[in-house]
Amino acid sequence: MANMRTMSFDAVIVGGGGSGMRAALQLSQSGYKTAVITKVFPTRSHTVSAQGGITCAIASDDPNDQWQWHMYDTIKGSDYIGDQEAIEYMCQTGPEAIFELEHMGLPFSRTEEGRIYQRPFGGQSKDFGNGGQAARTCAAADRTGHALLHTLYQGNLKSETTFLNEWYAVDIVKNEDNAVVGVVAIDIETGETVYVKSKATVFATGGAGRIYASTTNAHICTGDGVGMALRAGFPVQDIEMWQFHPTGIHGAGTLVTEGCRGEGGYLINKDGERFMERYAPNAKDLAGRDVVARSMVLEILEGRGCGPDGDHVYLKLDHLGEETLNAKLPGILELSRTFAHADPVVEPIPVVPTCHYMMGGIPTNVDGQALTIDKDGNDQVINGFYACGEAACVSVHGANRLGGNSLLDLVVFGRASGMFIEKQLREGINLKEASEADIERAMTGLNRINNSADGEQASVLRAELQTIMQNYFGVFRRGDFMQQGIEKLKALRPRIENVALDDKSNAFNTARIEALELQNLFATAEATAIAAEGRTESRGAHAREDFQERDDENWLCHSVYFPDSKTLGKRGVNFNLKTREAFEPKIRTY
Amino acid sequence: MLNVSIYRYNPEVDAEPYMQDYQVDTQGKDVMVLDVLEKLKTEDPSLSFRRSCREGVCGSDGLNISGKNGLACITPLSSAVKGNKLVIRPLPGLPVIRDLVIDMSQFYAQYEKIQPYMINNSPAPAIERLQSPEERAKLDGLYECILCACCSTACPSFWWNPEKFIGPSGLLQAYRFLADSRDTATEERLANLDDPFSVFRCHGIMNCVQVCPKGLNPTKAIGHIRNMLIRSAT
Repeated sequence: MANMRTMSFDAVIVGGGGSGMRAALQLSQSGYKTAVITKVFPTRSHTVSAQGGITCAIASDDPNDQWQWHMYDTIKGSDYIGDQEAIEYMCQTGPEAIFELEHMGLPFSRTEEGRIYQRPFGGQSKDFGNGGQAARTCAAADRTGHALLHTLYQGNLKSETTFLNEWYAVDIVKNEDNAVVGVVAIDIETGETVYVKSKATVFATGGAGRIYASTTNAHICTGDGVGMALRAGFPVQDIEMWQFHPTGIHGAGTLVTEGCRGEGGYLINKDGERFMERYAPNAKDLAGRDVVARSMVLEILEGRGCGPDGDHVYLKLDHLGEETLNAKLPGILELSRTFAHADPVVEPIPVVPTCHYMMGGIPTNVDGQALTIDKDGNDQVINGFYACGEAACVSVHGANRLGGNSLLDLVVFGRASGMFIEKQLREGINLKEASEADIERAMTGLNRINNSADGEQASVLRAELQTIMQNYFGVFRRGDFMQQGIEKLKALRPRIENVALDDKSNAFNTARIEALELQNLFATAEATAIAAEGRTESRGAHAREDFQERDDENWLCHSVYFPDSKTLGKRGVNFNLKTREAFEPKIRTY
Repeated sequence: MLNVSIYRYNPEVDAEPYMQDYQVDTQGKDVMVLDVLEKLKTEDPSLSFRRSCREGVCGSDGLNISGKNGLACITPLSSAVKGNKLVIRPLPGLPVIRDLVIDMSQFYAQYEKIQPYMINNSPAPAIERLQSPEERAKLDGLYECILCACCSTACPSFWWNPEKFIGPSGLLQAYRFLADSRDTATEERLANLDDPFSVFRCHGIMNCVQVCPKGLNPTKAIGHIRNMLIRSAT
């Protein structure tokens, strides 16, 4: 410990995906000494898998489009627990953020007029729900995340951001004032442990879809930021809200973009019926993702599923014609042929709702400052600590995210966090130095794993955790089942804390990293379980069989999970729009 | 049982690399090579390899699979197993850090050399820069590169001169910016490439085309750059 090296930066961003690199770009462009700690080379981050696009009212498809309509759709989509101030900021600032990306070279698809191509996505409307389906999702074919992530990496190369590639952040370093003053991180290639000290620490660590057995998420989506925040005693918000994407490829879990349905594809059951017409007569296959996913599960449960086990439905695309599919959805053709052994040009793709996105996360304000709640229920900024992207809960998605809003979220709030930290750095940030004991505290988890003498394999424990989450905290939830799930997690906790690490070598030891990731998966899963059991209503993605109605009287609020007491509190939703009166909660139909 | 032979090397333990043999029960299923590696890692956690998206878009798991470079996550056993045997080695030509993990610094350095970002110093409009669908179509087959290094590490010219020859991946990206109607640095870009090594070490062997897991054609892009260089010289 006494020999541990320290590296110092003005700002450290943990995570090299879209939001992290957008924040880093902002800071390095203004000349601040900025580092990105990323456990994979930046272009391997999960943003790369985003397909369909980035939703934003740039008025290309419809010259009369308005960002206020996008704001309305997002608030409705959130089932009214998205913070309206944050949603207003995102939808209003969005076009500027998109045009910046385009100027940086993002290869968007184009219209005949030379503008950015926009496609219809679920939950989109014109004129506050009164003008029919909108086409508001800006796309680079069906590889928008790839194009966006590479463009941001390229921008950071140009602005000379320091990249600590294949470094893994282990835990938060807090000073005596409970402010965040950096992280302890491992250089994976050499195994060296370093204190990375910073005036501003931004968590852009992405989601944690790997808490479920079936997920569209990459192997690396292990909730590292949420886990670190919880271990540091900081709360997380709305963590029970997990989006199940309607169209994961059956068996493989890989994502098939909502853009397929945007371009005219639709779901059918074993009778060939376009069943979404029954569940959402207006929007049909382009209803909110929570609505479509639940409808699919009901079809399967009621015996109208496809395949020998009746455990999936079909996504039909062949009627769109080969030319359109090649031009608009080339990546989907590849994925379906590879993972479903189905050629969408002639046959439907077997799909099933699959864990896709974490709506909850580290609560922040619009400037990316991480928040905790004091004993009087007031928001308190955590000095030195910021979060953006999927790891954060700002909250623009509330109980259900609209397709295409995740990329917008990460660009807009990565940028906003960067701009705010820039301002703070200009004015001067003075946080007390961490003591040796403060740094040592951040080494506790790593030391325990490095000294493990026996215990079970990480892969076995991880599989058990994923099965518990899949079985007890899936698309439909029930109180007594969830209580059983919570008991099973309790029994799993000591076994996961005691995970084996037989190989103690230093060079590129991925077993060590997986043992650390497992701790974060568990922390995220446990918070999810307790919050899901605690929210006694159905709202957005959180559907309970024992509380089937939305309960605005008691639950028109955020849930806040406190790790030290393992209890659930509440936090008010922000209804303070700057440009108009707030949108009042209505019954949500599509 | 499938016979799997994997290149192993841990610099802290092994004096030299060796091939380790495993037997894997695939239950007769045509799974991906990455699935086999993941299964082996549950039995032998010391086996190190990179992986992330597991769907062929992040470029982490480029490996030499039964003699051919490819992505483990989208290579089914049916196309890789010969005589019930699967042989997995790291991508060739770059230093090995451990097991299947190579040091890609030289590969990334060549990418950075081509200035892989848009250069356009004219004042940006209030909206996007306009680009016709035809102009945009010129980027198809170029921008999709995932930097997996399958192509460059299959290229004899890159093996011989990894410091001087940009390699197929870097050159594909160089042409991606040369071909973009929004980029204004064509002359500067060509000048940076105009030496005997950067581009002209390509001998048209076309290993890159054969192995690219995204079906891209670096040789064709290199041909376009050559033509541009020759035209700008005359």
